Amino acid sequence: MFSMTARSMNAASSATRSAAQTAVAAFAAILLGSFLLYGVGFAQPQQIHDAAHDARHSFAFPCH
Amino acid sequence: MELIRRLFTAALVAGVLSGTAASVVQQATTVPLILEAEKYEVVTPPPATAAPTAGAPAASQAEGHQHGPVREVGEGVPVTLDEAMQRIGLTIAANLIAGVAYALLLGAAILLAGRPVDARRGLVWGMGGFVAVSLAPSFGLAPELPGMAGAELELRQLWWLSAAAGAGVGIAALAFARNRLVIAVAVLAAALPHLIGAPHPESAEGAVPPELAARFVTASLGSAALFWAILGSVCGWLMSGMVEPAERHPALRVQPGAR
Repeated sequence: MFSMTARSMNAASSATRSAAQTAVAAFAAILLGSFLLYGVGFAQPQQIHDAAHDARHSFAFPCH
Repeated sequence: MELIRRLFTAALVAGVLSGTAASVVQQATTVPLILEAEKYEVVTPPPATAAPTAGAPAASQAEGHQHGPVREVGEGVPVTLDEAMQRIGLTIAANLIAGVAYALLLGAAILLAGRPVDARRGLVWGMGGFVAVSLAPSFGLAPELPGMAGAELELRQLWWLSAAAGAGVGIAALAFARNRLVIAVAVLAAALPHLIGAPHPESAEGAVPPELAARFVTASLGSAALFWAILGSVCGWLMSGMVEPAERHPALRVQPGAR
């Protein structure tokens, strides 16, 4: 009985840690991904626009 | 930290591979159409009072034919080989960054869903990404060539984002949510931008021939589909060992055995 409780508590704590790790990793990826996507697809400074011009049109981002 | 490293590595590899493939396909399909369309891009509107230019004979020689809009070769049109190579290089770089960016977002979604993935399931994820950010926005705002008439840029960007985000949420809910209210709200979020309608110009008269524009739409969607197929498959393949430990306790609340 005790060992079962200990095991389930252990599993719970590792699941919590894993969920937290998952959330942090996913958040970091979303942050960097959004930043890069903004630069490639949406940022309007002339040089960024010109550099990404053909890629923006090809990926169907609104460009001009 | 280990998880972040693996996730970012998977996204980097998937993004570079899919971005490279997209670059090759684009140079053969979409880019020639973009260059062709730029010949029609109207840079300056025709001056209404073009006739009284008798004061400058040299200028009147240059402006001899004033029929239709004045067309100028756009700034970006490559003239020398160096310029052409630079333009291709920048496009490839932008494609690689777009690939990594989308792979990071897709990888995060796969991680949050907490379902085991492999290359095949990754392909399904990739198709979801294609529908969300390529097909759904194109339903309202067709992939556009330079010189096409369009509404205000900020409005179109905002609509594009809302259509893509709404479709992404809708697809995720249909795939993973069990609560009917959640599904209904998510589907509404996907439909709402289309119910409101995409911003279009008052007059749909662009300078680009419609045949060119039509070919560009299919070329853009086709290359995007290939891009997403590779991106999703590689993401799924490289993340196959990553999601397993969290399988029993997914970050998104999914009831086990509810299928």
